[in-house]
Order: sequence, then structure tokens, then C-alpha cells
Amino acid sequence: MELAHVWGILFISLHAMVPITLAAIGETIEESAGLFNIGLEGILLLSALTGALGAEASGSATIGLLAGMGTGALIGLLFGVINTYLKGSQLITGVGINLFAFGFVALLLILLGAPGFHSVPRDAQIQLIPLGVGSLSPLVFVTVILAIAVWWLLNRTQLGLKIKAVGENPAAADVAGIRVNALRVGTAIAAGMLAGLAGAYLSVDWFGAVTKEITAGRGFIALATVVFSGLNPLLALLGGFIFGFFDGFATWISTYPGIKKIIPWQFVAMAPYVVTLLVVAGAIGRVRFPKGLGVPYLRE
Amino acid sequence: MLGFGYNPAVAYASLFSGSFGSVYSWAESLANATPLILTALTFAIAMRGGLFNIGAEGQLYIGALAAVTVSLIHLPPPLHIIVALAAAMIAGMLWSLPVALLKTTRGVHEVISTIMFNWIAHFFAFYLIANVLTDPKRGEKTISIAETSRLGRILPDASLNYGLVVALVAVVVVLFLLWRTTAGFELRATGYNPESANYAGISWRKQVLRAFLIGGAVAGLAGAVQVMGRPPTYAVLSGMPQLLNLGFDGIGVAMIGRNHPVGIVFAAIFFGGLMVGGRIMQFSPGVPLELVRVVEGVIILALAVPELKRMFSFLRTKIKGRG
Repeated sequence: MELAHVWGILFISLHAMVPITLAAIGETIEESAGLFNIGLEGILLLSALTGALGAEASGSATIGLLAGMGTGALIGLLFGVINTYLKGSQLITGVGINLFAFGFVALLLILLGAPGFHSVPRDAQIQLIPLGVGSLSPLVFVTVILAIAVWWLLNRTQLGLKIKAVGENPAAADVAGIRVNALRVGTAIAAGMLAGLAGAYLSVDWFGAVTKEITAGRGFIALATVVFSGLNPLLALLGGFIFGFFDGFATWISTYPGIKKIIPWQFVAMAPYVVTLLVVAGAIGRVRFPKGLGVPYLRE
Repeated sequence: MLGFGYNPAVAYASLFSGSFGSVYSWAESLANATPLILTALTFAIAMRGGLFNIGAEGQLYIGALAAVTVSLIHLPPPLHIIVALAAAMIAGMLWSLPVALLKTTRGVHEVISTIMFNWIAHFFAFYLIANVLTDPKRGEKTISIAETSRLGRILPDASLNYGLVVALVAVVVVLFLLWRTTAGFELRATGYNPESANYAGISWRKQVLRAFLIGGAVAGLAGAVQVMGRPPTYAVLSGMPQLLNLGFDGIGVAMIGRNHPVGIVFAAIFFGGLMVGGRIMQFSPGVPLELVRVVEGVIILALAVPELKRMFSFLRTKIKGRG
């Protein structure tokens, strides 16, 4: 294999890593605090749409990314409030978010006169950074920095300690004067913003268009990444890269005429999902999750 | 709606008459409800056992293709239908077995594994449609279901077919299984309180297998009736437009039917009707199905909040008290 191909695969993997890792480190923050949000897929999808529309309307990619983050923050707020103050069911809320997003995005795409497809103008997309051997999105660097920042937040700051206390033993945290529900809502908003950034990245940056299947299960692969990482954002970076590699590899190999004849494209397209299953099955056992995960906190 | 220059009263009237205003529209609503009843049962069975099975989507693709495969062999009419339905159920069970095993042996959360299996089923189905079960004359679809294994229409010219009877039989069977057998009691006990069920000697692993295998069989049926009964195609088209999202819609139907087989029948008819009525409202083709999903999402979000649920049941007892 030529060196150019190695660079090609590396760059595709890095680009595919971004949405998975961003959503995963967000989910890591809220799972540390005891919230399990399976609505990530829906947040990615909705923010891919609002990101694309925001970028198109303003002509600025940055505004598009901010629109996506705003969308994510709003849904995070909704998820947070339902599952703290309103003592709702986290899994059911997540399913509701996902179904709503599937319907809403497909509906809006049709109303925009583009069934299943709406592209973002070139000059409203993120400009790639040329690196000689290829170009890389600035979001790749942002993702690495954010992963390190979230690791720092959770493991080296007082706020991180509070977040973990709320996830591990909400009653004790309450007695220690931490406002359990408020902090949990805060982590849900932060997680929503990161997932929103990931979704907007899909449409404004990576694909340059929004389709109703743009997320393709990436929200759930991000959930799997959280399991793989055992709530360590740095490992989420590695997990995102592994899943991104297979995701990108599937895209790359499908454009390669020689291989098409040997392996049908459908089996190549399955690879990221099969790998996710295998990695998660292998990772579990050594991973320990917070005791308060998935349970609303009721003060006695 | 007013904002778009429509008269909402007229729109809702046409929605209702489109869904339930005539024998024909009732038949269309029931035809749409048929697969939803089955996929909703899949979700509800798992939910009763405390499990979150969102894998009906993939299991139904596999079930539909198993039913198509049976058309490769020749059998007399009633037997052919039974073999096709059985093949779909077995295929659905086999597809959900690894999910149960990953859960019991490796502790993989079923939300992650079912979604991964949905996507694997998606591409596997694409492969089968394009390479294995392809119609030699028309490459964009699978071979057609043999005449001998089709579920007939109940009314001439309407989509409604005997698949509805299959679905209703499944409802009765699940009702019986869950509330009248020891196995069903064990499953529900595990869902209600896993620790005390375990203490009473009920094996948690067995319940996980039970919930996923029964659920997989029912989801397989959903795919089978859709392809064996629903005119006019009687084949799986490439891209699977007639199967896509039926599994996910079933989740919404199950939750709105409070995970009870009887409730599910009514919820499925309601959503089946919305799908038909929306089409008659004629915004533009394709819109209504998506609109139904938006409505579903909002209702589920509302149902996630226990306070709202309590308000609903409070209202219901109030109405009952008056009546």
C-alpha cells in the first residue's frame, strides 16, 4: 500500500472520530452524574439539521455549529428536567427524543422541498486546514482538546468531584450541600451541547449536507464508546478513533474498485456495527458505572 | 395550521373521515395497524420483563426475507402459509438470540446491541435483496411471494388482509402467555422486581432469553405479514420502503398502549388511522408518516413523566365516575 493511502485512511478515521468522541465525552459527563441518555442519536440528527440551516441562513459555518450546540443544549435541558425534577424514566425520554427527531427531520427535509437531502453551501462549510499530505478539519483538534478538558474537569477539579458524588451517592451529596438535581440538569445541558456540536459537524463540516439518515447509528456507537472507555474521556478519544477507523474504512474501501469484487459493499458497511458489538462485549466486566446511574434522586 | 392558511376544523374533519369515515378508510387504517400491533408486542413483552428491546426493526427485516425465501419451494396453499410464517418467526428468534446471549453472558446493554443488530440486519437485507433473492426480471425487488403463500384480502380493493387475523392471534397468545402461564408470571415478576424474583428462585437469565426469543418471533411475524399480505407488491423492494421504521413505530405504539396487548391494538389502530388520514389531508406525498412519528415522539416524552401519567389516570377515573 502506498503512503498516500495510509494518510488517506488516517485522515478519514480522524474525521469519523470527531462526532463519536464528542457525543461520547458529553455522555460521559452526564453518566458520571447519574443520567443515561439514549437520545444521543436524536440530538445528533436534530442538530445536524439546525446546524445546516443555521450555516446556510447566516453564511457562516461557526454560526451553524453554534446553532447545533444550542439545539443540543435545549434538548439536554428538556432531558435533564424530565429526569430530575419530574422524576421521569430516562430510557423512555431517550426513545421519545429519538422518535421525535426521526420524524421531525424527515418532515422538515420534505417541507424544504428536498426529500431526504439538503446541502450546505460550500462557503458556509468549515474550511479544512491544509497539511501537505491532506487536509484536516479544525474540529479534529477541538475534539482532542475537549476530551482532555473534560478529563481534567472530571478528575482534577472540585466541580468534577461534585459531579461524581452526585452520580455515585446522590443522598450523601445532598447532605453535603450539593444541589443534586440542578447539577444533573447542568451536566445534561453540557452533554447536549457536545452532542449538538457533533451533529452540526456532520452536516456543516464532514458531509456538507444533511440527510434523514446522516447519523447512521453514531449516537448509539457513542454510547458504546462510553462503555468501552469506562467513563474516561481520554479512552473515549481512543474508542472514537477505533470506531471512526472502521466507519471511515468502510467509506474508503467502497470507493476502491478492486475490493468491491471480493467483498460486497454491504458487508463492508456492517463493519463498524460488528466491531462496536465485539469491543463492547470485550470491554464489559472491567468497567464500573456510578451506583446512581439511571435512577432519579428522591429526597427522603 | 392557521398560519399555513388552512382551516383546522376542515383539516381535522378530513383527517378523521380519511381514517375512519368509511368502510374503505377503516380497512386501510387496520391494514396499517397490522404490523404495528406485532412490533409493539415485541417491545411490550421485553418491557414487562424489565428489558428494553428496540430490535424489532432488524428482526422484522429478517422475518420478511425468510418469508420470501420460503416462496422458493412449492407447497400446497394452507401449508405454504404456515411454513412461511414459521420460518419468519424462527428467523426473528435467531436474530434476537445473540442479543439475549450478549446480555446474559457479557452484560452488554440491550439498547446498544439491538441497535447494532438493526444496522447489521439493514445491510444484510440489502445484500440479500440485491444478490440472493433478486427477481430475475426486475432487479429492484426480491422474487414475489408465491400465490400459494399469500394472505388474502379481506375486502376487495382494500389493503386490509388476513395478516390482521395473524396479528390478533398473536395478541391473544401473548395475553395468555404473560398472564395465564407460569412462564409469563416469572417474566413479569422479574420485570417488576428483579431482586425479589431472583430470591424466589426465578432465573434472570432464563427470562432474558424468554423475552428476546418470544419478541423476536413476533417481530419476524410483523415482517412476514407485511410482505405476504399487503397488496400490491408481495415482495421486498430495494430500500425496503414498506418495512422501514415499522419496528421503531411499534415502540411508540407499545408505550401509548401501556405495554398491554389490548391497549396496543387500540393504539396501533389510532396510529394506523393517522397514517391514512394524513395522506388524505394532502400536504404533499410522504409527509404524513413523518408527522405521525413527530406526534409519537411528543406523546412518549409526555408519558415519560410520571406526574403527567398520574394526571391522565386521574382524568380517566373522573370521566368513568361520571359515566
